Amino acid sequence: MQAGIEEQSALYEKRIPIFPRAVKGRFRRFKWGVLILAYSVFFGLVWLPWPRHDGPSQAVMFDLVHRKFYIFGLVAYPQDLIVWLGLLLFIAAALLFFVTALVGRAFCGYFCFQTLWTDFFVWIENLIQGDRPKRVRLYKQPWNREKILKLGTTHFVWLLVSFWTAFTFAAYFTYAPELVRDFFTGQAHPAAYATVLILTLTTYVAAGLGREQICMYVCPYARFQSVMYDPETLVVTYDEKRGDGRMGRAPLRPGAKTREERRAKGYGDCIDCTLCVQVCPVGIDIRNGLQYPCISCGLCIDACDGVMDSIGFPRGLIRYDCEVNIKSPAPGKPHLHWKRLKVIGYGLAVVVMSALLVHSIANRSDLEQAVTQVRQPLYVVLSDGQIRNRYQIRLANRSDHAETYALGVRGIPAQAADFGNFQEVTVKPDQSILVQVSVKLPPEAAMRVESFEFTITPRSRPAEVHVSPARFYGPHS
Amino acid sequence: MSKEKLQSHAVQTTGHAWDGDLQEYNNPLPRWWVWAFYLTIVFALVYWVLYPAWPLGKGYTTGIAKVTYVNSKGETVTTHWNTRADLMAEMNAAAKAQKPYYDKIAALPLEQIAKDPELNSFVISAGKQLFGDNCAACHQAGGQGVVGLFPNLTDDDWLYGGTLEKIQETITYGRRGFMPAFGSVFTPEQIDQLANYVLSLSGEKVDAVKAQAGNALFHSMDAMCFYCHGDDAKGRQDVGAPNLTDKIWLWAKVPAADTPEKKVEAVKTVITQGLGKGVMPAWKDRLKPEQIKLLAVYVHELGGGK
Ligand code: SF4
Ligand code: SF4
Repeated sequence: MQAGIEEQSALYEKRIPIFPRAVKGRFRRFKWGVLILAYSVFFGLVWLPWPRHDGPSQAVMFDLVHRKFYIFGLVAYPQDLIVWLGLLLFIAAALLFFVTALVGRAFCGYFCFQTLWTDFFVWIENLIQGDRPKRVRLYKQPWNREKILKLGTTHFVWLLVSFWTAFTFAAYFTYAPELVRDFFTGQAHPAAYATVLILTLTTYVAAGLGREQICMYVCPYARFQSVMYDPETLVVTYDEKRGDGRMGRAPLRPGAKTREERRAKGYGDCIDCTLCVQVCPVGIDIRNGLQYPCISCGLCIDACDGVMDSIGFPRGLIRYDCEVNIKSPAPGKPHLHWKRLKVIGYGLAVVVMSALLVHSIANRSDLEQAVTQVRQPLYVVLSDGQIRNRYQIRLANRSDHAETYALGVRGIPAQAADFGNFQEVTVKPDQSILVQVSVKLPPEAAMRVESFEFTITPRSRPAEVHVSPARFYGPHS
Repeated sequence: MSKEKLQSHAVQTTGHAWDGDLQEYNNPLPRWWVWAFYLTIVFALVYWVLYPAWPLGKGYTTGIAKVTYVNSKGETVTTHWNTRADLMAEMNAAAKAQKPYYDKIAALPLEQIAKDPELNSFVISAGKQLFGDNCAACHQAGGQGVVGLFPNLTDDDWLYGGTLEKIQETITYGRRGFMPAFGSVFTPEQIDQLANYVLSLSGEKVDAVKAQAGNALFHSMDAMCFYCHGDDAKGRQDVGAPNLTDKIWLWAKVPAADTPEKKVEAVKTVITQGLGKGVMPAWKDRLKPEQIKLLAVYVHELGGGK
């Protein structure tokens, strides 16, 4: 009865511990490759020096305080980043759909942070506690010195990795070497400590304790990806016809050793060694068919290929294949079905948006200008009867060198505009300057002219004339 | 009913039974909910310790969180956390950020301030603030003034001179404008003639005969108008006498008048009653010299200066 209550009020089913077995093979190697690449980028990039005449000498840094984002040679500002991030998100989403339509949850299995960190954590676990059988034994044995020591060390190392992950993340937002010094001398910003603390805990919980549960219960992507699957999508599948045969699976035993013997008896090729189940990081049996928790990591393929090799059967009992092929009476070689409207559509979207992004970054102007009219008062009558309007021009120099801008007008006589001391103004890099302009027109002209343009020309690129429209108000407009 | 029967449900009950078979289910709250509840209690406890919380008769518990700021008297004050002290601390930080600019302004001559693009940008933004706090009450937010009361600072006419130095002097020491009342000196007809003459100087439509008589009167030793406004009626900035030949009016409400008669009336009013209200207060005791300097440059740029 007590158990009944537990079941009713518990938020989730109690986790059944999984002890994935280590495995060797193509997909495992690919996963290591991705992991090493991703880790070198994430953990290394933040320490890459990048000389800048001002600003931090760190290749990638998101300076939230000054609202400037340094990405190698590029200095981005929030207003750029909004557009770029929008495009980037769109590209990422389209790419994800594209890949999912082609090869299922490839992102989940090889590139997702959760997968990468969990993989690494399991590797640590494996290193300290030994492979699956040893870990299972350790789990079952009562608490003693060995168990406390091994589990304690594992959790300690996990926490260290989590901490360094969190610290690295924080270091992207401030000058990293400075953060190291300030952080360990207790002088860093409280936000840095909070970030590191929270991320350490979340990394530890997600990769160390949660693992496949994050993929199964937390990750929203796991829930809607099935929408993107088609019968042509390549997924990790068990070839049931070949593996189960007429009479089902059977272990290797005398009389059922060679393929011919097994054929004759009606057994399939699967020798029921359950290795594919033991290596699975989400703890499922792929032989039961495609299941939503499967993250397409391909480790079961590696495991089974190894088994097939050792007993001299052909590989590919578990393989990447599509539903159409597997179900067809005469299955052909699995291949990518890319000639589909959906796939081509997603592909095109990725290409177009990427081109837009590159174009947007390449054509970003180094100058940001804004012309605002002084509206208090809207216009002034001068002693000689002329009408004067006043404007404020803000010039922000986003290039990495001081630039001199020449100011001018179009649509009204040049002498009508008075730029004060700033017909030409030099703006330091990353600085912005306000210039006041007064425009004077005789009464007749003031009645005629409604709008004109300001021109701003950088001295170093005279061909690049920036034009800002302005209105002119008089007593009659 | 027997006890066994009561408890044969899958759900546990509190064990009580009323009226024979009326029972109460014992459904515990979800665990996450309970933990969230405990967490709010912990949060409240931490909050009480850190921040002002409990009323105690006339006082209250202040909490151990502290804010340190410098008050208006220049004393460093450390007090328990409160939003006002927090604001003071932020204002101090802002003032500190402005200080290097003010230091530069204090050190440089006026012309240099107006020529330095960075300082000038600071003048435009900080000047707007300073002007809004101190000057806008009379001269209006944009410096456009009020005809008949406060001069327009955005035009190119300056009663006391529109150079940077003159503006600085005006703000520092203030001004007192005065014109005697001529109502008892002249006949209404003479005042009418004078008004016509004054309007003719700005190119307004007037009675030419009256204006000619007014011209004679203006330059006569009886009226002595020329003594302040000058022989050419272009005014004298050393005494703050306005230029009567331009199109700018401060005291006579000419721009608001739509007929020639009303315009004459407006000028006549000023000549008859004279003026004693052209007072600009001195700011030297209320603003720091560098603030006045900044304002001088700001105001100079409002009107394009002279
Ligand atoms: S079933 Fe295979 S591919 Fe799917 S998660 Fe498990 S090991 Fe990876
Ligand atoms: S690894 Fe291959 S042979 Fe072994 S149980 Fe899995 S499918 Fe069967």
